[in-house]
Amino acid sequence: MKFTSQKIAYHFFALSMLLLSLQIVYGFIMGFAHMGYDVLHEWIPFNAATATHKNLLVVWIISGFMGAAYYIIPDESDTELWSVPLAKLQFWSLAIVGVVAVAGFHVGWWEGRKFLEIPRPLDFLVAINVILFLVIILMTLFKGKKQTTTAWVLTMGLVFLALLYLPGMVYFDNISVDSFMRWWVVHLWVEGVWELIMGGILSFLLIKLTGVDREVIEKWLYVIVGLTFLSGILGTGHHYYYTGGPDYWLLVGGIFSALEPLAFLGMTIFAVQMYRKGNKSHPNKLALYWTMSTAIVSFLGAGLLGLAHTLPGVNLYTHGTLITAMHGHLAFWGAYASLVLAIMSYSMPLMTGRKIYDNRNGHLAFWFSNIGMLGMTMAFAAAGVAQVYLERIAGYEFMVAAEETKAHFFVLIIAATVFTIGIGFFIGNFFSFGLPSDDALNDAPEFEPLLA
Amino acid sequence: MLTKKQAKAFFIGGTVLFFLIFVGMTVNSLTVGIPQNTNADNITDSVKHGKLLWDQNNCMGCHTIMGEGAYYAPELTRVYSRKGENYIRTVLNAKNGGWGPRGRKMVEYDFTTEEVDDIISFFEWMDNVYLNGFPAEPSIGE
Repeated sequence: MKFTSQKIAYHFFALSMLLLSLQIVYGFIMGFAHMGYDVLHEWIPFNAATATHKNLLVVWIISGFMGAAYYIIPDESDTELWSVPLAKLQFWSLAIVGVVAVAGFHVGWWEGRKFLEIPRPLDFLVAINVILFLVIILMTLFKGKKQTTTAWVLTMGLVFLALLYLPGMVYFDNISVDSFMRWWVVHLWVEGVWELIMGGILSFLLIKLTGVDREVIEKWLYVIVGLTFLSGILGTGHHYYYTGGPDYWLLVGGIFSALEPLAFLGMTIFAVQMYRKGNKSHPNKLALYWTMSTAIVSFLGAGLLGLAHTLPGVNLYTHGTLITAMHGHLAFWGAYASLVLAIMSYSMPLMTGRKIYDNRNGHLAFWFSNIGMLGMTMAFAAAGVAQVYLERIAGYEFMVAAEETKAHFFVLIIAATVFTIGIGFFIGNFFSFGLPSDDALNDAPEFEPLLA
Repeated sequence: MLTKKQAKAFFIGGTVLFFLIFVGMTVNSLTVGIPQNTNADNITDSVKHGKLLWDQNNCMGCHTIMGEGAYYAPELTRVYSRKGENYIRTVLNAKNGGWGPRGRKMVEYDFTTEEVDDIISFFEWMDNVYLNGFPAEPSIGE
């Protein structure tokens, strides 16, 4: 750690860990409900569980992004954070708004729009919170001694993340228009500007971990985020096939979303090449594992499994089935969850001074969670394919098909248990670091042997 | 060989170009395509209120409509013609724990008659929305 103000990242990472744990609990509630054991129905009906599960995901990932930015921007700009007290205020307001939102879902205080369930009054608080965050980051960037490409790409990603929240705050009477604008937020987030953030964090990690020349890494960063927007913006069309939009979206969405995996493939090749070119002696093996798995699993989950159901002829049958859940789980895990775990694994030893970066629990966390999530993806795939054939192709009633998929949810729960054990190891490691400390300032020359 | 400057130009140029195209297509969809396909003139106050109730109760937290939502309960885009008005009324008014076919429970609601009418108008309007052939007819039939 170069600057004492970077320690603020710890707060955000700890919040992420807490929310991730809760997200898993709600995942289990839904898995059991699908199997026929909806025992908490009176208190937490399925629609409350799903709203909570999805929003906890969004909030813990964004909290992780914010922590990452608070760690990376001072480091890249070579200056202390602009204001630590304001960053603390921003943290606590984020935590409070998050908790109120999640509690509200349990008493029906929501908007009922998938991924954007947070009710309007809280939306404004979220907006103020994010503006405060951006002010702190931008002020730090501008007062810094240098402004690197990596820092700019990361910051631009965060600025666009905030701007794109706005189209989701307008109410429309026509559900088709509502859905159209909802995807402006959700799609342009996860298949657009979040990939800028991902690219920024990944290149920071690759510069630090492999020691490859910054100019080379940042050149390819531009190419990859360029490919992302080239394919991803018009790729939004794959949400507009069957929701009341004009039919040209079938063609445009089909072509451009078929190109979307290229951006993820680019990310994979980029990371693997930098790893191969780079020095392999960096001691933080866990950070390296998570960085590489982010680059690889995001291609499998977001790229390939997205492609599996994105073409209009396939999507006509798979749209609105568990196939989407299959893709969604591995995509979010590979691209964004793993990324946040990677930056945590990299920065925690530097913030706390405790050198936990190649231990047994850390490797168990890595393998259990990844294997568990792959198992969950396969269970969703089996359930989804069965649902498509029974309901959409053979024409059975929804619940007839649902009865037949119960066994797959049993498998899902087994795999989710493996996943949870992995996350348990990760969180155990996280807390064994203890709190960040000023003693860790410039205490880790071995982390940057390659930058000289 | 590609320079960093060229890579940056590719990123900024490509992004701006495709974003502008996307904005144009969005405007066209919102002003021409969607109003036509959804018979926007038929969206009465009752349909609007039905949609509001759909949102307020987070119906897409279990069901899908136009294929969007959660996958715990049936797709409702064509429910008006598939099940009929009386069936929908029965489901929405179910008491003693609420509707629960084959053991899968729906939340028990306390809708007024007027609210139920509005939700039904919403489904009736939805029934005629043109969705490029979704939901598909089962290709091998029952």
